[in-house]
Amino acid sequence: MIKRELKILNKLGIHARPAGMLANTASRFSCEIKLLKDGMEVNAKSIMGIMTLAAGRGSVIEVTAKGGDEAEAIKALEELFASKFDEE
Amino acid sequence: MLIKKGVAASLGIAIGKAYILKEENILIEQKAVPPEKLKAEVKRFKDALERTRLDLDVLHAKILSVLGRQHAKLIDTHHLILQDPLITREVPKLILTRGLNAEFALSEILDKADEQFEKIDDEFFHERKHDIFDVGKKIISNLVNTEKVSLKDLKEPVIIVAHNLYPSDTLHIRESNKVLGFCMDLGSKSSHTAIFAQSMGIPAVVGLSDISRQLISGDTIVVDGEQGMVIISPTPEIIEKYKARREELQKQEHYFHRLKGLPAITRDGHRISLLANLDSSVDAPSLAAVKAEGVGLYRTESLYMNRSSVPSEEEQVKAYSAVVKAAPELPLVIRTADIGGDRATQLGIKGLKDERNPFMGFRGIRLFIKYPELLKTQLRAIYKANTGGNIKVMIPMLSSLDELLTVKKIAQDVRIELAEEGFVVKSVPEIGVMIEIPAAAIILDSLLSEIDFVSIGTNDLVQYTLAVDRINQYVSELYEPFHPAVLRLINLVVQTAHKKGKPVSVCGEMASDPYAIPLLVGMGVDVLSVPPKIYLRAKSAVRAMNFEKFSGLAQRVLGMTTAAEIRRLVEEEVK
Repeated sequence: MIKRELKILNKLGIHARPAGMLANTASRFSCEIKLLKDGMEVNAKSIMGIMTLAAGRGSVIEVTAKGGDEAEAIKALEELFASKFDEE
Repeated sequence: MLIKKGVAASLGIAIGKAYILKEENILIEQKAVPPEKLKAEVKRFKDALERTRLDLDVLHAKILSVLGRQHAKLIDTHHLILQDPLITREVPKLILTRGLNAEFALSEILDKADEQFEKIDDEFFHERKHDIFDVGKKIISNLVNTEKVSLKDLKEPVIIVAHNLYPSDTLHIRESNKVLGFCMDLGSKSSHTAIFAQSMGIPAVVGLSDISRQLISGDTIVVDGEQGMVIISPTPEIIEKYKARREELQKQEHYFHRLKGLPAITRDGHRISLLANLDSSVDAPSLAAVKAEGVGLYRTESLYMNRSSVPSEEEQVKAYSAVVKAAPELPLVIRTADIGGDRATQLGIKGLKDERNPFMGFRGIRLFIKYPELLKTQLRAIYKANTGGNIKVMIPMLSSLDELLTVKKIAQDVRIELAEEGFVVKSVPEIGVMIEIPAAAIILDSLLSEIDFVSIGTNDLVQYTLAVDRINQYVSELYEPFHPAVLRLINLVVQTAHKKGKPVSVCGEMASDPYAIPLLVGMGVDVLSVPPKIYLRAKSAVRAMNFEKFSGLAQRVLGMTTAAEIRRLVEEEVK
């Protein structure tokens, strides 16, 4: 199991489009990926779940990946967060 | 027998059987599914997902061609919601483990998501839930679709009862000839549906709050579009009474028909010009039926309805030419399409629905200035259809001189473009603006040198002046055309325009109101434009009034302080 804390850097936070990118990226991996923020845990492959996190700019999300390809999954998510979801 | 009071939206009496039009997202019942049918239930759900996926593809293509890539991205999000494990896995799990029907299982998942969203304080994130429910609604409508009867396929004459009618519904009513009348929970006298009913001459009562839940299909009802009442399970005596009234109204119609071809002139010889509103080129024959003096407002939105692409230049030329042909030599005011607000869906522009406040948002000329190709195509078609030189162009939702100059520049570019293609615009159409935003009324003096006429769209002018959303049932009572603020604004427009010798027309709902007509004419309004169905009734109101008397009355009214006082006085004088 790998755990990471990732920070939201883009201006609008995780609204519909970044939520979609996140779910899309997570879905490429077979491991189980959870997102935790303010005591709420959701499945990273569920766009609906991610949207309910209401993660604005500057908030920190704890990402946990568990399974065969967990290392690759964490790496892909780290890159996605760092790229600010292709936004400002 | 039970009498429900609502708002009289369109004149006339309808007696017949109710037909309840169900909303897609209401009343999801829990049904027990027997164990041996659970697999089939899951399959039914998966099929609905697949149909929804195909619907989204169609919608994506539509939006892409109309609005471009940026807006189409929204549909990508919808696709992802459709693939969300909460929907693709949890719903089938609920069906199988708890023996639920698919609709109910899905609504349970959506309710849970809703609860989560309700906990979010941040409005921006909270509003994202609409994307999810939009998709949820689409899936559910695909689940229940098999039972849904289209309004087009009605077998016998009925009275439509609905919570709310959408533009697509009214389009189907237009195509069907089985609708005797309609009533609905929401709406006010000037909502889209009411205007539609008036133009079709279908009796309608709206704003009935819960009638769609009180009735079942097949109940006999009377729609009294004069008093704004619906009578549920009327006694035979009441039915007789209404049949007699219906006959009386028909007789009145006969009287009105004798006014055909006579001028719209007051008793004391003041002549105005009475024109007709047109919602579609299909309605053009109604112009000759009432011998209208011309078209004061041709709404071109219908060209953009129920289709997957913007109407081409050729298509528009064809539509405008059809109207020109139906009323040759007569003035024809074409309003560039006022798409947006409550009509945005007519374009299939689903993305625009996300505006937090569409009435104050992206509509009318604002949208056309941002998408100049839409405006250019429409202007090109207008120039090409203007073979007799009787077309005028009118701009909706204008709020500043800048917008007017931008439009005029685009129009000039279009003419140059056409000249380069070898088509010379011989007569440049007169240009006018709609006065529906109070700002335009207030700065009218600075617009006048750039335009040839003004036309007051009272529905929006009232709504924007009073800050009343006309389809919001909580405030629709505050929607009051006789409010002193509205009347003073109209007076300001007339006075300002007349100083520069420019004519003023009124093309909104007020122009059809038998009490407002004498007041408007008394204020000096030069042109009234009304739906063809009301045309002769309006003419009889003009011909019954005395101009001297009402211009004096208009002056008194402008000094009054409440709408109630004004109404009392006018009603007394009109009698």
